[in-house]
Amino acid sequence: MKRVRISQQEIVFAVFAALFLSFSIFLNGFLSADNMLTLLQNVAVLGILGLAMAIVVIGRGIDLSLIAALAVPGGLVLQMVQNGHSLPASLLAAGLLSIAVGLVNGWLIAYAEVPPLFATLATGLFVAGLGQAALFQLDVVQWSDGMAGFERLGQGSILGIPTSIVMFAIACVVVFILLRKTRWGAYIYAIGDNPFAARVTGIPTRPIIVLQYVLAGLIGCFAGLVMAASVNSMPTRIFNSTLIYDVILVVVLGGIGLSGGRGGVVNVIIGTLLIGTMLNGMTILNIPYAGQNLIKGLVLLIAVITDTFLNPRNEETAQQGDI
Amino acid sequence: MACMNKFALASIATLALSAAAVPALAQQGLDEPFQKTFREALAGKTVAYVPVAMNFDLTEGWYAGLKKELEPFGVKFVIRDPNWNTNAGAQAVTSLISEKPAVMVIHNPDVQTYAKLLQRAENEGIFVIQINMGSAYRSSAFVGANWIEIGERQTEGVVKACQGKSNKIAIIQGALSAAASAYTLKGVENILAKHPEIKVVSSQAADWDAAKAKAITQTVLKQNPDLCGIVGFWDGMDIGTAAAIKEAGLTGKVFLATSGGGERKGACELVKNGSFDLNMSYDVPTQAAQMAGTIKWLLSSGAKPGSIKGSEYTTLIPITKENADTQTACWNLSDLKK
Repeated sequence: MKRVRISQQEIVFAVFAALFLSFSIFLNGFLSADNMLTLLQNVAVLGILGLAMAIVVIGRGIDLSLIAALAVPGGLVLQMVQNGHSLPASLLAAGLLSIAVGLVNGWLIAYAEVPPLFATLATGLFVAGLGQAALFQLDVVQWSDGMAGFERLGQGSILGIPTSIVMFAIACVVVFILLRKTRWGAYIYAIGDNPFAARVTGIPTRPIIVLQYVLAGLIGCFAGLVMAASVNSMPTRIFNSTLIYDVILVVVLGGIGLSGGRGGVVNVIIGTLLIGTMLNGMTILNIPYAGQNLIKGLVLLIAVITDTFLNPRNEETAQQGDI
Repeated sequence: MACMNKFALASIATLALSAAAVPALAQQGLDEPFQKTFREALAGKTVAYVPVAMNFDLTEGWYAGLKKELEPFGVKFVIRDPNWNTNAGAQAVTSLISEKPAVMVIHNPDVQTYAKLLQRAENEGIFVIQINMGSAYRSSAFVGANWIEIGERQTEGVVKACQGKSNKIAIIQGALSAAASAYTLKGVENILAKHPEIKVVSSQAADWDAAKAKAITQTVLKQNPDLCGIVGFWDGMDIGTAAAIKEAGLTGKVFLATSGGGERKGACELVKNGSFDLNMSYDVPTQAAQMAGTIKWLLSSGAKPGSIKGSEYTTLIPITKENADTQTACWNLSDLKK
């Protein structure tokens, strides 16, 4: 019996459209240009992180160290400037730290063949601990005078559009070009689809896997800087929050299967929009925090179950396992 | 004395006697009868400190203050950092009970988790001092802020600023599980009950997270651009609330009241640049000094742990534009650590 194939992306888009419509009709003040911009602005950092996660998940990996990659290099910039270093030097140090974390992740996964789940869990803990123990004086690193001007990365607007949305858009374009227009992007899809076949056809799988994690780390660092600029400080304790689940939610909800090789930037945008609409609507409705978590958890469950039905395990995933 | 007798003058002799007696005393010194027992009561004792986590202004400030006050007396000061993990904290307290320090300084993550353990500790002969966040068990001493008062005074500030305006306010709570957040909310409710004209358009928990506070505030401000005030529950989180107000171009129009430990970068600097309009500070160095004083008193009193119980609520410092520039309104963590 032949079923009508509906991709997860289409289901999520339908859910998003339904939510959006009902909020627009029933929720006063939801469908205004101002509120739409706020909605996007609130999820811009999440969206940027979603792009980083997407690159890794498409290549059949997962990066749990992403929140540490957001918090620690970003915090390092603020801390170094506070201690009297120049802004460019601090940015360079943060970039190098991000690359180093990505290289270690990539090496562990590609060469030492540690499963990405464990490798990135460990490096994430290590990096967060390093920040806490050695780099930062306090969990919340405050903005200092040396950072003047840099807050424009996350505050204010460009041509009427809040800057953080513009940053998300730029990140989307860069990742889109990387994934769809370059050879490296094609390799990432090939590896995600079938790593062994990819290696047989001569793709340098190990270096490409390292590249994925370095890119994810750098995008994470960028997201951290946008976030720090947006709230004028870096709350490095965010590592202990549930943000990583939100990032995975965006990716999975958007329709990038955890078994790899599928999806792209559009999926991240759809996932981000759905989360943004949910959060914004729930805030306007003044739903208590616990209720919001409940609803988010339910939506994630439904998405994962739908994913299993629509992208069933076949012989290949049965042999290799997910992520 | 024999040479003095040669003059055979009684008055001189008397004078000389007294003159001889006084320098003799000064040379030998007078023993102050209580300091030795005080020093002995403190020397070699262990004071254990269990905050909810290190690395933020409050707990670092208490740590530095306690260390400075106690270590010169030979007190061994140990720290167990559960790093926001309530289970790890309960384990730390449990293992400390078997290690038998003289005093435990406990910063509770919530009202219930440690309560039974703290009672057990005092039964085993360990003084328990609870700081800033109390538990359901009343121990030898509580030193800390009165959250109800903080909520009341912040709300009073907001209500006053709202006079003649829209009377619409928003509340940005901390984490729902934290007692500090729930107590502060009670204080807010106390004042709002007296002011039925005030309308709360949003009351949400931002989980002590600046980014969440910013997102909530942005949405609320878009829905209610005529909002006249916000009660925020912690200055570390309300940096985000302030950023949202600033981005909406409403600085000075929306009155933001918050609270915190009064560290200069997190409090006074932000009041000065207009981010916060009122920051109720619980003045961490003074709290640390009170904790240390309580420890000294308890150890030297000879009292049995659990036999006496008292509280020291902190006198709050309201930081506004008027006093944000003064030396005394805020403190520097770097100075305290010297």
